[in-house]
Amino acid sequence: MEKPNEVLEQVIIKFAGDSGDGMQLTGTQFTNTAALFGNDLSTFPDFPAEIRAPQGTLAGVSGYQLHFGSVNIYTPGDKCDVLVAMNAAALKANLKNLKEGGIIIANSDGFDPKNLRLANYADGKSPLEDGSLEKFNLITIDVTKMTRAALVDSGLGTKEIDRAKNMFVLGFLYWMYNRSLDNSIKFLEDKFGKKPAILDANLKVLRAGYNYGDTTETFRTRYQVQPAKMAAGSYRNIMGNQATAIGLVAASHQAGLPLFCGTYPITPASDILHELSKHKSFGVKTFQAEDEIAGICTAIGASFGGSLAVTTSSGPGIALKGEAMGLAIMLELPLVIINVQRGGPSTGLPTKTEQSDLLQALYGRNGEAPMPVIAAYTPANCFDTAFEACRIALEYMTPVMMLSDGYIANGAEPWQYPTADKLKKIDVKFTTEKNGEKFLPYKRDEKLSRPWALPGTKELEHRIGGLEKQHETGNISYDSENHQFMVRMRDAKVEKVADSIPLQTLDSGPEKGKLLVVGWGSTYGAIKTACKLARNEGYDAAHAHITYLKPFPKNLGELLFNYDKVLVPEMNTGQLLKVLRDKYMIPAIGLNKIMGVPFSAGEIKDKIIELCK
Amino acid sequence: MDTATTSAPLFTAKELVTDQEVRWCPGCGDYSILKQVQTVVPELGIPREKFVFISGIGCSSRFPYYMETYGMHSIHGRATAIASGLRATRKDLSIWIVTGDGDSMSIGGNHFIHLMRRNLDVNVLLFNNQIYGLTKGQYSPTSEEGKVTKSTPYGSIDHPFNPIALAMGADGTFIARSMDRDPVHLKDMLRKSAAHKGTSFLEIYQNCNVFNDGAFEVFTEKSTKKQEALFVENGKPLLFGQNNELGIKLDGFKPVIVNVNDNGNSANDMWVHDTSDRVKAAILSRFFDNPSKEGHFPRPFGIFYEEDRPCYEDVMNDQVEQVIATKGKGNLDKLLRGGEVWDIR
Repeated sequence: MEKPNEVLEQVIIKFAGDSGDGMQLTGTQFTNTAALFGNDLSTFPDFPAEIRAPQGTLAGVSGYQLHFGSVNIYTPGDKCDVLVAMNAAALKANLKNLKEGGIIIANSDGFDPKNLRLANYADGKSPLEDGSLEKFNLITIDVTKMTRAALVDSGLGTKEIDRAKNMFVLGFLYWMYNRSLDNSIKFLEDKFGKKPAILDANLKVLRAGYNYGDTTETFRTRYQVQPAKMAAGSYRNIMGNQATAIGLVAASHQAGLPLFCGTYPITPASDILHELSKHKSFGVKTFQAEDEIAGICTAIGASFGGSLAVTTSSGPGIALKGEAMGLAIMLELPLVIINVQRGGPSTGLPTKTEQSDLLQALYGRNGEAPMPVIAAYTPANCFDTAFEACRIALEYMTPVMMLSDGYIANGAEPWQYPTADKLKKIDVKFTTEKNGEKFLPYKRDEKLSRPWALPGTKELEHRIGGLEKQHETGNISYDSENHQFMVRMRDAKVEKVADSIPLQTLDSGPEKGKLLVVGWGSTYGAIKTACKLARNEGYDAAHAHITYLKPFPKNLGELLFNYDKVLVPEMNTGQLLKVLRDKYMIPAIGLNKIMGVPFSAGEIKDKIIELCK
Repeated sequence: MDTATTSAPLFTAKELVTDQEVRWCPGCGDYSILKQVQTVVPELGIPREKFVFISGIGCSSRFPYYMETYGMHSIHGRATAIASGLRATRKDLSIWIVTGDGDSMSIGGNHFIHLMRRNLDVNVLLFNNQIYGLTKGQYSPTSEEGKVTKSTPYGSIDHPFNPIALAMGADGTFIARSMDRDPVHLKDMLRKSAAHKGTSFLEIYQNCNVFNDGAFEVFTEKSTKKQEALFVENGKPLLFGQNNELGIKLDGFKPVIVNVNDNGNSANDMWVHDTSDRVKAAILSRFFDNPSKEGHFPRPFGIFYEEDRPCYEDVMNDQVEQVIATKGKGNLDKLLRGGEVWDIR
């Protein structure tokens, strides 16, 4: 029987289950299928720090939120339309973020007395049966039973059979949203090609989930979300860390230098190392060092030798790299340092997101130690930001810090990818001739950048190091005038980077007026959406998003002064806020959230309206 | 790097002297080491511009400023890591790490052991003076127990590191010891360090005449050297004493000191040194008694152990080349495009 189709503009689905339930995979599969279909989308994986937290508990809930639509999508969305709950804990942890009237797809097997107890449901009453979910549209399926039934003849053990449960849910959702199974079938074939029994089982359960929707009378409605009207071109789906890695490879290609990454695994930055280590065919060398310090120090060594050198980490690792960053500043060698921020301080919240390392990036070293700092603002934008970090490092002979965070690093979105011929060339010249009677390693050019003379170059033998350098000769100097000169010179060099970066533009809104919302990093989507919503309600808020945090674009001050009020939403206690107040002496207002989760657009919109009234 | 140790010098020792004033204390053992290095480097058949000296922090770490080669005076303990990154990407250079007992055994201990196991082709010169000189006289991780210093007025309670045994434990592939006061032996060890393909670790006993004067006197002074220092050479029996009258024999795994002239003994029965024998080298590395201890073993000098093991950077390069051979050179457009794409018109 043909069932009616309802057309929707956008849908937010949260996949939630035990961390062993395969919800990340289910979410990613649905995302890729939606992307290939042409929807715009944004995702937010949310998993516990423990690899396998105790089964069935609230601590063990792993989630994946997907927002997709036929309209432009900028955030993973605030409240969900659909909640997939594989067990009681998943329901309990996520119910507050489900819209009223939203759909709950619950796996009844995950609501047995043991699961209810582990999820702290008092007196063991199942929420599926006690009427407490009345204001939602509850769909209860015994996924475990269905999966086992589908695989009764498979010859597989119960454990292996139960592992395919997530495919049933995926198949059912594909039915619900009128999606083809093809993309996931191809994925499973690639993944389990060498294990035909497992492949067969997964395909069977995926189809069983789809057919369950089709044949069961209970479900009357299917939904359609048309492709989005995005700029014409070719698209792929991409995650932030992946985009960062590809950006580095692209920069290495465009600069004609081999890429070296010296690093130490840390959440949520490790995926950059994983991605880079795959690309040996580009001559990429990845060095998994013994610790964070060795990570950056091997990179400094590689840079001395003429590689495009990178080190990747997150806040705690960046803290360990501090002294070596200072060395790179003194050596004036190109180096890209990537900080994929997470909740802090100390070990903090490894798998949660925060923007609390901005001041560390700007000031977190001993001595006067300036370095350019730039921040990515969406998963795909990580590509451009990583590429730009390399350009600045190489053109100005300086370490550069790139800030990303857990939210965009693990989030995904469609990316209108460039072709290689559209990428800028990065101009690198190694010095091969003496620039004086003797070679002067710290004689500067018009950018205040020093020559890069590689070991092995005849007659340019020289020594560099962490002790204060004499202007031009690079010899050790304890002279007080020289020290002051060199401190100012290193700062002037970093400030000069502003000559090579674009002026700050508005992302949206009026050029002058009541309120400018200024953001940086991963708050982009939430602020963009909030401003749009506020303008729809008649409140004229403009939005500027800063990529270049050190140095700032030259016109930033001018732009800020065009508004009566400046609002700075940040996932910290007000770090950019402090810097803007300090530099431009404006009474900017902070909106701060330090909960390990991104802003919702609604939270920002409310503040905008409050300030515009 | 592969080196010919006998070729005619490509440049002179004088050409290795920089315009920087050498600022070690007068009488410091570092002067002798600098001189021997400047003598050996030109003999190695490698152009001057291919040499890189990288140091950490400490008195010894001023070394690169006095060598007219490429150099980096880096940060405390990290020269090993910086050199690893340089070596991993530049196989054409001859890289020397200059470090001290504080730099490599204390703050840089972690990088030191990992360098040993990875076996990058670099040379480590550990200037061991058993004291912190630059910070003016605190005990170091190689200072003996009970040592009275500025930071240990009642004597040090730290058990010292045995750097040779540490390098053995970390699977180093070339492990040797020499001393500042024996230029001939030191030059020989420097040449052999340079010739070894892989990480060569040379511990050099170096006298700090200001804060720890005479720490190695019993090994370096004529009157006691023959009794206290055991110079080991591949294929030769372990003999020492004023007239080589003493020898080491192995009783199972237990070394014993015997008089070769005593009844029934002969020099031929002694333990014959074999630099490829890891077990015996491990025993030899434990000849580390305080010379004041009754019945102590003499301190060995020379190459303890040498092994031919693939270098990290070679394997790293091989892997890159293998991937290119099977997959072809990376195509940037393919990488940018990824697996699944769709078009919007």
